[in-house]
Amino acid sequence: MNVIDVRNLVKRFGDKTVVDHVSMQVGQGEIVGFLGPNGSGKTTTIRIMCGLLTPDEGEGEVLGYDLKTDSLKIKREVGYMTQKFSFYEDLTIAENLEFVARLYELKPVSKYVDDTLNDLGLTTRRNQLAGTLSGGWKQRLALAACIMHKPKLLLLDEPTAGVDPKARREFWDEIHRLARGGLTVLVSTHYMDEAERCHRICYISYGKILATGTVDDVIRNAGLTTYIVTGPGLNEVAERLQGAPGVDQVAPFGTTLHVVGSDRALLEKTLAAYKKEKAIKIELGETSLEDVFIQFMAESKDNMG
Amino acid sequence: MSHTIFSLSRLSALLRKEFIQMRRDRVTFAMMLGVPLMLLILFGYAINNDPKRLPAALVATSNDHYTRAMVSALEMTGYYRFDHRVSSAEEAEALITKGDVAFVVTIPSDFARRVERGDNPQILIEADATDPSVASGAISTLGTVASQALLREQGDQAQAATMAASQLQVVVHRRYNPEGISQYNIVPGLLGVILQMTMVMMTAMALTRESERGTMENLLAMPASPVEIMLGKVLPYAAVGAVQVVVVLVAAKGLFGVPFFGSLPLLLSAIFVFVLALVLLGYSISTVARTQMQAMQLTFFFFLPSILLSGFMFPYRGMPDWAQTLGEILPLTHFLRIVRAVMLKGAAFPAIATEVAALFAFVLAFATLALLRFRRTLD
Repeated sequence: MNVIDVRNLVKRFGDKTVVDHVSMQVGQGEIVGFLGPNGSGKTTTIRIMCGLLTPDEGEGEVLGYDLKTDSLKIKREVGYMTQKFSFYEDLTIAENLEFVARLYELKPVSKYVDDTLNDLGLTTRRNQLAGTLSGGWKQRLALAACIMHKPKLLLLDEPTAGVDPKARREFWDEIHRLARGGLTVLVSTHYMDEAERCHRICYISYGKILATGTVDDVIRNAGLTTYIVTGPGLNEVAERLQGAPGVDQVAPFGTTLHVVGSDRALLEKTLAAYKKEKAIKIELGETSLEDVFIQFMAESKDNMG
Repeated sequence: MSHTIFSLSRLSALLRKEFIQMRRDRVTFAMMLGVPLMLLILFGYAINNDPKRLPAALVATSNDHYTRAMVSALEMTGYYRFDHRVSSAEEAEALITKGDVAFVVTIPSDFARRVERGDNPQILIEADATDPSVASGAISTLGTVASQALLREQGDQAQAATMAASQLQVVVHRRYNPEGISQYNIVPGLLGVILQMTMVMMTAMALTRESERGTMENLLAMPASPVEIMLGKVLPYAAVGAVQVVVVLVAAKGLFGVPFFGSLPLLLSAIFVFVLALVLLGYSISTVARTQMQAMQLTFFFFLPSILLSGFMFPYRGMPDWAQTLGEILPLTHFLRIVRAVMLKGAAFPAIATEVAALFAFVLAFATLALLRFRRTLD
């Protein structure tokens, strides 16, 4: 049984279709990365899955419970971490955890709270106001509060925005540890390195799922060719390559230039012509996930107007 | 780039931005225009410190021409409107306790005989002086009006008439507040006003704060039912209300020496219903308002009419009928009648039953509205 199995979800706000026939299946213990530009419908999709929004069309089950009729049951077994820190800043760390433990009717409350504080390493700061925590600590507190009731599915909405690399690394180690224990995770992110730490990714743009699969699958299926250009006067080269036949993307990476195109033959022809003119070196490179996403973003029609 | 301290173009940019935001925030905009207009219309017409056509009860057993002349003379002053004609003092007493009438005019059965004999004719006017300003105008005109009425009625029997008129005694009883102390009226009323102000506002802000700070999303994602969330917000503020009640009642006794004739448990029960209605009103507001600012404005939208139309500041009976009807749909109006009746008149439950029923109706209406409006989802 899939932990998430939703089919053709549609959500409209006014005359804007924010989620447009989204289908998604996620198996138990999987970590699925949910990627897409800002306003692409990631948050809305996640909110539908945890019962915070009702879909206008479509159907599905989360943890075997119907999305439309069993949202209270879903809420009991799902942990949802919001994009913005949404615990009470004017409550202490321990008070926040107690509040959550009581809402989920976890008994005994004090044991759950003490254990969680212990795991977090916040026992000595239990009486500190949550609002005074740093971004990284807020995120850890939020995650701990979300998993205190031992959910079977964890929905994380951009959990690492504004968190330093070390904290991010630790966060992801924790996610993998939880997934090994059977927890299923759907996590939205903007970071490519985080996408690469997922078992599978799902790319959504303007409400539509454009690609899904492992990172390698997604890159391969995109059918892009990438050349790396090195040599003097790269700025001028970049300017002239911009919009040239067969060239879809030109992006400087340090002292190199990544030139990406979907029509390999045309791209090679354009580059060959340049090579004669300039003393530059051109060699075949590897297409990155980021190249693929930039391509997706350029191709998808802007309907957010 | 201008580096002056003040730049008109920067200012205009700021102004432009502010007006755009103002226009986008429809509720605030509507309130800004609507409130002054509403206040102007309501209070420009409704408030009358010299109230006329006040409901009165007539206790008259005989129907002789002197009595009739007296009654019509009183009605001619414009202050009295005899809605009730009763035959016993008990009935009249019940009416004034309930607040159905502001005056009881008693013309004794031997009034005509005494007038003709010139034997100290008397009429008794009992005024509900819980609100001193209600009674003052009506009472001040009495003496001359009554004498003139007698003079006219006796016609050419000039000598007898002058004698009778000069002997006519109008006995005035200012009931419940004989000295006309306004604090007796204001302080119990303040109990209602303070509760109205704080209960509604605090509850309205509390839930809106959740939405504004983003904690609502988290709360909704966790297992809590709408009723739980509602009670979780409403009850703490009801407890705050209880503290306020104690403070005001103690102050009423200690600082202002307001008498307390009725039953304390009865008053506390009525206060409980009132507070429940208020916090539910606040909760309903918070399901409508999107920001704390809007919640605040909506609170005032209810607060100002409550102060001005409920009979707290100005005599309820002095307002035109339409304004009185508006007053009826404010919980404070009913609460003020209860608190004044119980504290100052020693009213028992039957006398305030209809007002308590009205408060219950508000509780029911606001609870229904709140639960219907509450968004279990973020839709």
